[in-house]
Amino acid sequence: MPVKHVNNVPVWQRREPLKQYAIWAGWMLGGMLFLLCWKVISDNTIWEFMYDAGTQAGSLIGRMIPPDWSITGSLMVPLWDTINIATVGTALGILIAFPLSFLAARNTTPHPALRAVALAIIVSSRSINALIWAMLLVTIVGPGIFAGMLAIALRSIGFVGKLLYEAIEEIHPTPVEALSSTGAARTQVLAYAVWPQIMPAFAGISVYRWDINIREATTLGLVGAGGIGLQMNAAINNLAWAQVATVFVLIFATVIVSEWVSAKVRHAVI
Amino acid sequence: MSPADTGSELLSAPERQRMAQAREGHWRPLPLVRSRHWRWFINVSVLLYIVLAWLSVDVNWSRVAQGMERGQEFVASFLSPDFSSRSGEILTGLWESLTMTFTATVIGVALAIPVGLGAARNIAPLPVYFFCRGIIAISRTFQEIIIAILFVTMFGFGPLAGVITLAFATIGFMAKLLAEDIEDTQKEPLEAIRATGGGWLQWINYAVQPQVMPRLIGLSLYRLDINFRESAVIGIVGAGGIGATLNTSINRYDYDTSAAILLLIIVIVLMSEYLSGYVRKWTQ
Amino acid sequence: MLKLTGLSKRYDTGDLALNDINLTVPAGQVMALIGPSGAGKSTLIRCVNRLVEPSTGAIELNDQDITRVRGTKLRQARRQIGMIFQNYALVERLSVMENVLSGRLAYVGFWRSFLRRFPASDIQQAFNLLERVGLQTMFDKRGDALSGGQKQRVGIARALMQNPKLLLVDEPTASLDPKTSRQIMRLICELCREQQLAAIINIHDVVLAQQFVDRVVGLRGGELVFDGDPKDLSPDILTSIYGEEDWSVVDDDNEDAEPPAAASVDIAGAHP
Repeated sequence: MPVKHVNNVPVWQRREPLKQYAIWAGWMLGGMLFLLCWKVISDNTIWEFMYDAGTQAGSLIGRMIPPDWSITGSLMVPLWDTINIATVGTALGILIAFPLSFLAARNTTPHPALRAVALAIIVSSRSINALIWAMLLVTIVGPGIFAGMLAIALRSIGFVGKLLYEAIEEIHPTPVEALSSTGAARTQVLAYAVWPQIMPAFAGISVYRWDINIREATTLGLVGAGGIGLQMNAAINNLAWAQVATVFVLIFATVIVSEWVSAKVRHAVI
Repeated sequence: MSPADTGSELLSAPERQRMAQAREGHWRPLPLVRSRHWRWFINVSVLLYIVLAWLSVDVNWSRVAQGMERGQEFVASFLSPDFSSRSGEILTGLWESLTMTFTATVIGVALAIPVGLGAARNIAPLPVYFFCRGIIAISRTFQEIIIAILFVTMFGFGPLAGVITLAFATIGFMAKLLAEDIEDTQKEPLEAIRATGGGWLQWINYAVQPQVMPRLIGLSLYRLDINFRESAVIGIVGAGGIGATLNTSINRYDYDTSAAILLLIIVIVLMSEYLSGYVRKWTQ
Repeated sequence: MLKLTGLSKRYDTGDLALNDINLTVPAGQVMALIGPSGAGKSTLIRCVNRLVEPSTGAIELNDQDITRVRGTKLRQARRQIGMIFQNYALVERLSVMENVLSGRLAYVGFWRSFLRRFPASDIQQAFNLLERVGLQTMFDKRGDALSGGQKQRVGIARALMQNPKLLLVDEPTASLDPKTSRQIMRLICELCREQQLAAIINIHDVVLAQQFVDRVVGLRGGELVFDGDPKDLSPDILTSIYGEEDWSVVDDDNEDAEPPAAASVDIAGAHP
């Protein structure tokens, strides 16, 4: 316990002096960094726009309420497309992530070089948002649902791959040892000792990612990759805020349903 | 022990039948779904969905074939990223992204703490609880990009809209996890500190804070990482950061510059991940 | 049957776990391997089926040298050697039947095993073995629904599914209570005698070993220090194996009953 002597009277202190100074210095540096960053942002901001932000917000909300329900029917097909983008994209992503995670896990990889390649793919896929993948893919395969599905798949590879290879690295090693000692082939050991152990994690991760992908798929239309985002983008460009509000309500409902489904499924498998 | 039928009288008829079949050498694993009708229904609906989903995708194959050339170009550009010809824009964009990320995370976490406290059922009164849970639900449902569109409309183009967007998204994310964490804390210290007769703030400071602090730091660092990745996106709708530069380069098919920006993003994300792993170890 | 010549194992850390072991186990003999923790018992039996690679020396199984075989040859050698584990090493999410059939993996191709389409004769054998160990009504239960003793019985059935010539048994009773321990030891030894299997049983409980086995081998610091009849285990010899202790009270108490893994989990839980 750190004790300081003031006039020979011991005084209790919470930390060693050096540590206390280090913590103060850390807070000081953090605060200074924050002020510096704030200054950069403030320099790049036209503050005149801020003065009427309140009125702007007010009028925006005023124009959004009530939502324009007449377009709900025409939004059903885009909504169906959005769900397909998320579901098919997730399935494609899982299809690629599954073998990749076995290459990336330390205890199942056939070769360290392959492991490095698999990890590089996972990191690249994870670092880049689905929307950026969509922007790229729209220039490559053309606008539409297909680009959206590929974008979702590309983003999901990294997410599913990372969580799955971590799950593989955490399995109990003894069943693997036991099945190797029966003379089973590598693939048989994977199917009998590794797969049953990671199966619940795999199901949970997949459904979780599907839930996230539903949210992400709602925005892909902004860059032309299909789904309800296309209608939202059109409405925003036309400043038809009442229609935008309808889209928002639909997105909100879809997300809540998908969250409920994913919670149910995860509950069932774990 | 007589091996023949010990305990088999406890089995149901179908189980006894399975056992007799296994003795004869016929055995299949139990199906995942017990009811035959349900199995049939699930298989048919999955098949039906695949067909329907396939119908809704209309791939323009000639367009795809055209695009393959561009695709190859894009992949090749990762081997020859061009950092120099637009270095000025890249640097400004990155700098803006990084400052936005840091500012938004600080503001977001600072605001998320009261919301998180309010959304924890075991320490907040019911009306406060519902109010805070409402904020969390709204913030979590809408993607950053949608929120950014609204804030750009309100506050005009520029990084300020981006900071507010990211801070808003941070509130939902952090407050939800923080609230769950507080709800999972041990009850005894909460009661013990309350029993000493301290005030509400003292109670939070002495009983709750020590229990959730390490995770709060870990989550903040994780969110820093997410905010950086998101800052690369919200630039597309005019909320500042590297996203605008990236968007322009992609639209001009200037893949060498896009590859350079993407590589920078990947490197920064990797670095921040290593760093946060290190800091998390240090705070535990 | 099994012949070890000059077997040594030095780990990468530099620890010499086994030092020049020479040992012959004839068919049908049940042999206990005793010795203090860290004496190299576990390393020895893992060297035999090459879960641990020996550094020098030779392992011959039915006059075939299996020390340097690889790939398919290694798997063929391994399928002649059954192994039973301290923590049962069952795949807990698979059913009892699947666990037992997994002993047959080296005899069937990948797709056949993946689709669970084992030959009828294998399934019959599995069922007979389950009957033999008294678990025939449990064949549809999942591994994690069983008690410790039941899990070990499934582990025994899995090892025998291989139609092995040799059984390696690693602390079969260390996680079980005294009564179940006796039942399991009795079962293993009976099965070995019925099928004329050679067995090497790693065991901490000297009294239990004396009760059931034909031969005892003592290991200390990686070296063979005793090899003889269980009746010849005198306090002096126990001292030479385990070190100084009052052996007159050697009785039922099984000090190392707790598996080491559980202890380390406890420690981790106490100091997060």
